[in-house]
Amino acid sequence: MTSDQLIGFFLLEEPNVQLVVAGTLLLCGMAALVGCFTFLRKRSLVGDAVSHSVLPGICLAFLISGEKNPIILLVGALVTGLLSLILMEVLTKNRLTRPDTAISLMLSFFFGLGILLLTYIQHQGNAAQAGLDKFIFGKAASITEADLRLFLYSGIIITASVTILLRGFYLISFDEDFARVTGFPIKFLRLALSVLTVWTVAIGIQAVGVVLMAALLITPALAARFWTHSIGRMLVIAALFGMISGYSGSFVSYLAPAMPTGPWIVVMATFIAVISMFFAPGRGLLARWNTRSKNREKTLLENILKLFYQIGEKSGQLQGNILEEDLLNNRAFAHDELRKGLKRLTSKNLLESNLLTYRLTNQGLQEAQRIVRLHRLWELYLQRYLHLAPDHVHDDAEAMEHVITPEIEAQLELILGNPETDPHNTIIPPRA
Amino acid sequence: MIINVQEPSLEAHNLTVIYHRKPVLWNIDFSLPKGEIIGIMGPNGAGKSTLIKAILGLAPLNSGYSKIFGKSLNEVRKQVSYIPQRQTIDWDFPASVTDVVMMGRYPSLGLFKRITKKDREIVQQALEQVNMTEYANRQISQLSGGQQQRVFLARALAQQADLYLLDEPFVGVDASTEAAIVQLLRDMKNEGKTIVVVHHDLHTAAEYFNWLVLINASLIASGPTEKVFTDELLRNTYSGKLTVLSQVGDIMREQNFPVREK
Repeated sequence: MTSDQLIGFFLLEEPNVQLVVAGTLLLCGMAALVGCFTFLRKRSLVGDAVSHSVLPGICLAFLISGEKNPIILLVGALVTGLLSLILMEVLTKNRLTRPDTAISLMLSFFFGLGILLLTYIQHQGNAAQAGLDKFIFGKAASITEADLRLFLYSGIIITASVTILLRGFYLISFDEDFARVTGFPIKFLRLALSVLTVWTVAIGIQAVGVVLMAALLITPALAARFWTHSIGRMLVIAALFGMISGYSGSFVSYLAPAMPTGPWIVVMATFIAVISMFFAPGRGLLARWNTRSKNREKTLLENILKLFYQIGEKSGQLQGNILEEDLLNNRAFAHDELRKGLKRLTSKNLLESNLLTYRLTNQGLQEAQRIVRLHRLWELYLQRYLHLAPDHVHDDAEAMEHVITPEIEAQLELILGNPETDPHNTIIPPRA
Repeated sequence: MIINVQEPSLEAHNLTVIYHRKPVLWNIDFSLPKGEIIGIMGPNGAGKSTLIKAILGLAPLNSGYSKIFGKSLNEVRKQVSYIPQRQTIDWDFPASVTDVVMMGRYPSLGLFKRITKKDREIVQQALEQVNMTEYANRQISQLSGGQQQRVFLARALAQQADLYLLDEPFVGVDASTEAAIVQLLRDMKNEGKTIVVVHHDLHTAAEYFNWLVLINASLIASGPTEKVFTDELLRNTYSGKLTVLSQVGDIMREQNFPVREK
């Protein structure tokens, strides 16, 4: 593999590369689009079962027609895919089996049947059968011009259908009962979604194979969900993620022709999903950790300020100099946490350090007063309205004081009537 | 005590629902007035939610039929608004408060009509009515239980229906939301809307409803609250006097007997 060849791939110089890249982009994009609804309707496993169920259809279509015409194979795939969906529905609806059993049963039955038929075909000695096994793990490199034409038309029809029926699909995914009562054509919408899904699967298996097809439906949708709360954006992002996975998968397939494409596409899609899980703003893990550590810091800083105020209250000097040791003696801080907190507060100009001692700045005093005030107001509220004993209110107030907003403070004042002392009879500092 | 009315908003005739061969509703037959706030009450498992669902075609009927404003459901769907139990919905769904309330416009928009300025105004107004305007762009997974219920109510308001059916709207909501919802229902009643509420809290029943339907698998009573809310009828509804009925139901299920000879 020379660098020329690599560049050649990216520039799509070879006609064969163009074919493969265009094909995978198309089918990964449409799978992601349709997959968003599979994902939102919590039918991921059904998607997996349907993917496995198209294999016998393809084999039967080949057996009957004797050729690998993509359209005939597609029809065969649609037939057994839909049949499997219907059977799952019948089994569940009549309470013959539980849903998970029905899914598992149909998945293994149809896949098993597919493998049987495939083995039979291979032993038949028909030369035209070569390449049928690509439907198990997928082989993007074998996409032909006839395939691509089929993909293109399918892509146009599927994208157009999703766009046109978006409102209906959205509604039945969120609240099917509501949709039914208001007279939306539920049966039609469900059928349309099923047909689109099976169709997408039947196309997609060319690249990833029946075993991994479900990942192409679900993974881009899952990844996209982390980045947005809007259905429109979710569809676009999912399609984009799907295409990126498809592109990189076919790239690997080009580099190493012996490598199956499907697994690589799935690995790439999963990689994108994992990245999303970590880095997406708001819903991602990193964002969550960030919020948590911010809350932790806020709590720490506020507790230190409060302690300065309490020590000052006792000594009668609210802005007196205080040693680190005094702080530690009055409250069980972890030493290094306390140090960190003191440093932060000094840099925020709420504390002033003087050799070994610290004192509240004017601004710091104000902030400390605010926190102590909230703490004591909250204690009073708990005692009066939740009838907690005075010796039980402290811990609750300790946790709550950090989240009370100015609006809630105003409400507390109103309810409590601007009190002057808390349940322990200490003075509540006035509002700054 | 079963009082029937002329020109009912909602009427049920011999409604029977059997789930997995176990009868849930037996032969329910009533008619409800227009322009009232009506409570459907009964103990756990009495079939309250099933009754609403059966009327709306969401639960399979084994016999009987219901009419809304004297017509079949299919003819009046646009006049009917259903608010399902909040807990039956996945609130971690990619939708904002506005998106959900806009769904209330879907019935009149159908699958294809474009959302107009008028629709947006109606949605905005519905949000105002439930006091959720400042949450219009909030993602629905970030709402509290009370706020979720308000959003559902706003969606129903945006439908501009005449008959509203609410399934346990006060479960898991804060006191201020409950009070706000009750006030809103009264306002709606004053505009001539009919409101049917599945409710289980006896303490508030007399205060909230003008008309009560008491059921426990079969209909115990239906009538104005002051006539129905009596110790005797409540005792009938909430005591287990129907054990024989449920025994018969059990036998039918075990022996695979049809509940109706067709």
